[in-house]
Amino acid sequence: MRNTTVDRKHRTHILTHWFSRSNRDRLLSVLSPMLLLVLWEISARANWIDTRFFPAPTEVFRAAGVMVKTGELWTNLSVSLVRIGIGFVLGAVPGILIGLAMGLFGTVRAIIQPLVDGTFPIPKIAILPLIMMIFGIGEESKYVVIAVAVIYLVLINTAAGVRNIEQIYLDVGKNYHAGKLMMFTDVAFPGALPMIVTGLKLGMGVALLVIVAAEFVGARSGIGYLIWSSWETFQVEHMYVGLLVSALLGFASAILLNILEYVIIPWKRR
Amino acid sequence: MSDSKPSARETAAFAGLVKADLRPDAPAATKIGVRGLRKRFAVKGRPVDALAGIDLDIRTGEFFCVVGPSGCGKTTLLRILAGLDTQTAGDIRVSRDQPVQASNPQTSAERPLNAMIFQEQSIFPWMNVRDNVAFGLKARGIPRNERYRIVEPYVRKVGLEGFADALPHQLSGGMKQRVSIARAFANDPEILLMDEPFAALDEQTKLILQTELIRIWEETRKTVVYVTHSIDEAIVLSDRIMVMSARPGRIKEIIDVADVFARPRLVETVKSSPQYGEVFGRVWALLRDEVVGRPEQLLSHVR
Ligand SMILES: Nc1ncnc2c1ncn2[C@@H]1O[C@H](COP(=O)(O)OP(=O)(O)O)[C@@H](O)[C@H]1O
Ligand SMILES: [Mg+2]
Repeated sequence: MRNTTVDRKHRTHILTHWFSRSNRDRLLSVLSPMLLLVLWEISARANWIDTRFFPAPTEVFRAAGVMVKTGELWTNLSVSLVRIGIGFVLGAVPGILIGLAMGLFGTVRAIIQPLVDGTFPIPKIAILPLIMMIFGIGEESKYVVIAVAVIYLVLINTAAGVRNIEQIYLDVGKNYHAGKLMMFTDVAFPGALPMIVTGLKLGMGVALLVIVAAEFVGARSGIGYLIWSSWETFQVEHMYVGLLVSALLGFASAILLNILEYVIIPWKRR
Repeated sequence: MSDSKPSARETAAFAGLVKADLRPDAPAATKIGVRGLRKRFAVKGRPVDALAGIDLDIRTGEFFCVVGPSGCGKTTLLRILAGLDTQTAGDIRVSRDQPVQASNPQTSAERPLNAMIFQEQSIFPWMNVRDNVAFGLKARGIPRNERYRIVEPYVRKVGLEGFADALPHQLSGGMKQRVSIARAFANDPEILLMDEPFAALDEQTKLILQTELIRIWEETRKTVVYVTHSIDEAIVLSDRIMVMSARPGRIKEIIDVADVFARPRLVETVKSSPQYGEVFGRVWALLRDEVVGRPEQLLSHVR
């Protein structure tokens, strides 16, 4: 009586599909933060929590709306974006180049490796005063502190990526007598690309950390400045807006780098 | 096993070479002459002899199979022949084919001596099938359009038409091995070195690829050195089968089957012929001595 093909068609029916296990889990992971926001809102309105520290989410969104209208939000965000963008490129490009050179040439590695090992453990924000001393309190010092933070992670991962290319690929190159340039462009570089992108992702994470910290103390604008000055003037809603924006910044950069990874490393797509 | 065995083999091989050289109507010229080849590895400070005196003449245009228990030095031998490793001692002489016409665009750059087809997955995951197959041609400086034109029939020959733009991760294991076979043939080397290329594939895929390999080889008649641990594969494919002994790696015997199984060959004709069982028995008798009494060998084969 029962027909299997009909059964199978039924299984793909939209309702069954929506409530299949993975979709239910997805739904739950959307609901849980929403529920928290709702609880927060209720608690704030009922004065169960101290609204001086935890203003209602609707208040935060209202403040955000005002800040968007006055342009205050965009001014600070764009300043931070430019700093991250320039600083990131300043760190990533030489990081990739030096990392590739270290991976390919023993001599370069012998010279650079001890310098990297010796200075990497220093928390990058700790050298901000030194950098401000050298580059002044202007924009340059922000670029430089981000670049310094980014270069390490990109360089270390790139060098490791080249060093960890599977021997078989180098053997193939050798067997077909590929020249030095082709070994680089067709084997070493694409082989190291996944690790390079990993380095870029880690570098971006640190860049966000460092820029906010740098703007706390040494800036008159930026998302970090927004958060810090809101605290100083006790505009708590504004502070939450700053936190929200920095979280969005983190999301956006992660998505951007994932897209980059998807486009330039098609063989790692799942 | 006595120590005199390899030296007896040695003399026999040299005698064979001398005879062949003296006869003006020698039927087959020597393509690769190997003399006293040794390879010693240091494993945790202790020397391990992977190859202990190999003397061997591989003829031009023959399909030469090497069988032996795992760890007897088959891969080591191929890697040395490919120039990927250097021997500890001994000599390898390769006679090059007649220089091909320079007007032939396929050989506008120097024709390569050998191409190796590896046991493990060896095609570049970041290149599509076409660029993988064209890798050797690119290394020879052949311009892009030209090498794509050369590569096209080889992609077709291994049954990958329609997959030229696919990336390796979109292909099955058997298809990937086809790519590496096409890569080797497209580069038109004088010698093909194949290291258990089908060992990781399922039985049906293996049969299909063996059939195709026989067909392509019978068309091109390149000198092939083919390593396998499968007796049946060795019989089906080869002109001669070299059985090796392990620890240290030596030649046990070379069995000529070129005249036993006529060409063009079909896998099923070879396997159903009465001589097949006979040759199988001979090779197995030689190999059994190596495996029995070495339980670690049995285990490594199971793995
Ligand atoms: N790079 C290496 N370093 C040390 N020992 C090796 C190396 N390559 C192979 N060997 C040893 O040489 C012997 C022969 O290895 P191999 O040629 O791979 O055998 P087969 O291909 O016949 O299975 C083995 O004992 C193996 O452990
Ligand atoms: Mg092997």
